[in-house]
Amino acid sequence: MNRMHPLAVALAAALLAAPAVAKDTGLVFISSEKDNAVTALDGKTLEVVKVIPTGKRPRDLMFSPDHTKLYAACGDADRVDVIDVATLAVTGRIPVGEDPEMFDLSPDGRTLYVSREEDSVLGIIDLATRKQTGEVKVGGEPEGVLVSADGRTVYVTSEVASLVSAVDPVAGKVMKTAKVGNRPRRFAMTPDGTQLWVTNELGASVSIIETAGHTVAATLKFEPKGFRADDVSPVGITMSADGRTAYVALGKANHVAVVDVASRAVQDYILVGKRAWGLTLDRSGQRLFVANGLSDDVSVVDTATRKAVKTIRAGRVPHSIAIDD
Amino acid sequence: MRRLRLAACLAAVLVVTPAIAAELAIGFLGLADDPRYERTRLEHQFQGQPGGSPLAGAEVAIEESEFAAEAQGLKLRLDSAEAAGDDAASVRGAFDGLVAGGAKFVLVDLPPAALDALAQATRTGGVTLINVSASDDALRAARCQPQLLHTMPSEAMLADGLAQYLVSRKWRKVLVLVGPRPEDQLRLAAFTAAARRFGLKIVDTRSFRLSNDPRERDLGNVALLTAGEDYDALYIADTDGEFARDANYRGQLPRPTVGSAGLAPEAWHWSWERNGAPQLNNRFLKHAKRPMRGADWAAWVAVKALVEAAGHVPDADPAKLLAYLRGPELVVDGFKGARLSFRAWDGQLRQPVFLAFGNGVAASAPVDGFLHPVNALDTLGPDQPDTQCRR
Repeated sequence: MNRMHPLAVALAAALLAAPAVAKDTGLVFISSEKDNAVTALDGKTLEVVKVIPTGKRPRDLMFSPDHTKLYAACGDADRVDVIDVATLAVTGRIPVGEDPEMFDLSPDGRTLYVSREEDSVLGIIDLATRKQTGEVKVGGEPEGVLVSADGRTVYVTSEVASLVSAVDPVAGKVMKTAKVGNRPRRFAMTPDGTQLWVTNELGASVSIIETAGHTVAATLKFEPKGFRADDVSPVGITMSADGRTAYVALGKANHVAVVDVASRAVQDYILVGKRAWGLTLDRSGQRLFVANGLSDDVSVVDTATRKAVKTIRAGRVPHSIAIDD
Repeated sequence: MRRLRLAACLAAVLVVTPAIAAELAIGFLGLADDPRYERTRLEHQFQGQPGGSPLAGAEVAIEESEFAAEAQGLKLRLDSAEAAGDDAASVRGAFDGLVAGGAKFVLVDLPPAALDALAQATRTGGVTLINVSASDDALRAARCQPQLLHTMPSEAMLADGLAQYLVSRKWRKVLVLVGPRPEDQLRLAAFTAAARRFGLKIVDTRSFRLSNDPRERDLGNVALLTAGEDYDALYIADTDGEFARDANYRGQLPRPTVGSAGLAPEAWHWSWERNGAPQLNNRFLKHAKRPMRGADWAAWVAVKALVEAAGHVPDADPAKLLAYLRGPELVVDGFKGARLSFRAWDGQLRQPVFLAFGNGVAASAPVDGFLHPVNALDTLGPDQPDTQCRR
């Protein structure tokens, strides 16, 4: 299978522009940190299809560009597991070093960039050989990882240094750093690639970085009614495909903020479960899935009415959600 | 004459400012042969007590801050010194050595009386002291100083956290056992105030004593000491730790032991697994070859607060840095899930308190439901209207 991999990837990359490529199983995958499993749900009925045992403490989830594989970072197993989307079983294990949490893939799907909190490095893994080909020293406790659309820049947050580093993966070094709010966690990029949004968990804010100069252009504050700044801990963030709307999970404040990207104005706060962190939109942008780490459930939000319409029981401490559609 | 010397000292600083502009020199002042860190004592691993010198916490913080400091054009330096004894002259000698080396911020790991004397004597020297191990309430009250900050929680904060938890469990009737040391009485005073504040009922207060004197044997007998009274929890004020540890599972009634053993309020616990704590615990364990304890965390967070403040103050100017530390803008990430800052009224770092037992944490205080008009963290320890700090 490995031998075929580059070809498959190349094909997938070529076809990726056409949205119809996805197999569209509709499956919703949820990683739960304390169950050492990724749960697959039927996208329509939201019933459990299969509980897939993985390495210890699965966290971030991401599909290969062709959606045949789902990668799961398993923090306490020091590896990334490869789940076959057709058979719903772990078919490969990629050792990546101590305590991986968040990662991203190169646009061609050949390279995996993973933050390793313990060593304060960004690990660069070649997926064909499943070997590390390099690592870049970044600020303490790197967390969120995002690869630019052209694959030339990898952005990494440093939780303890309150920095976002722009890494050149070829040169293997940090090109620029930008000081953002306290404890920066995760990213969303506008579809045109000009603005990088980063959540600051303790800063209770989102910093907007202009990618051209790698400078902070604006900082968004969140004030859901009845909560203080100390209760607002933004972590998960995602953007609609048209780049008009951003959704920010506010953690302890139990709400998701809806932000108009153009005006940078907060339009709404949607009540969800306890410690809302990971969130993912389906392809149509109509449903937003929110992992609530402390209430052990997932809220399904209707983005048109901006209401949580259903709560799904998830495993213990749900972390991330990936949808195959 | 003293004023003259101060002026000379200031002039010297002004002259060399350009050279040290981008350096933040942090001192760490400890005690040589500190009885708290004597090997046989550490082996007991009493709850709420140090596991070794908290210098290790400061070292870990320096290491993890270097990348951020570099990005800010700041160079970090940590110098440590040990006083030969806890008398004023020895302490002052070691302190002066650190200051001569350029430190304008000194982490202090000294017994309360020695810290008190030093803080009094250096009130106007332009050097900020950060207390990383003494939990005495008086240092934050009548004995407070403008240049003295505290990252170690006070006895009052620890007692308030415990009282909130007992109230939340509806374990309101408490039997108190108190030891023979003056510090035991101070700890009990903090708990008594907390009981009043949150509505616990102390059903009786009894004294214990560990002694070889056969006539005092009853005073060390937990079964006798806990007889004849109904209670929900057994609170023990024992700053030494031996009696409290041995009181576990030896009371008359099947009730939890709290306070100095059993369920103990702590600044930090190695088993906390949220808010990035595992990474910090691992870093500390690798560095110090032992689990992180409260004072280690207090030293760690003191350095973190300094680096955070230095990111907002040009050239790490000491007076402005102190003002920023004490001001409303500071947000320190203490890996306990809350935004930490120093209380303007007594220089205490507001922070959650863990209610910990052997290998776990039952809860983090402020406990859900204990509310405050401004910041729920200020339900722990003296709030602004109650402060006894008049400096």
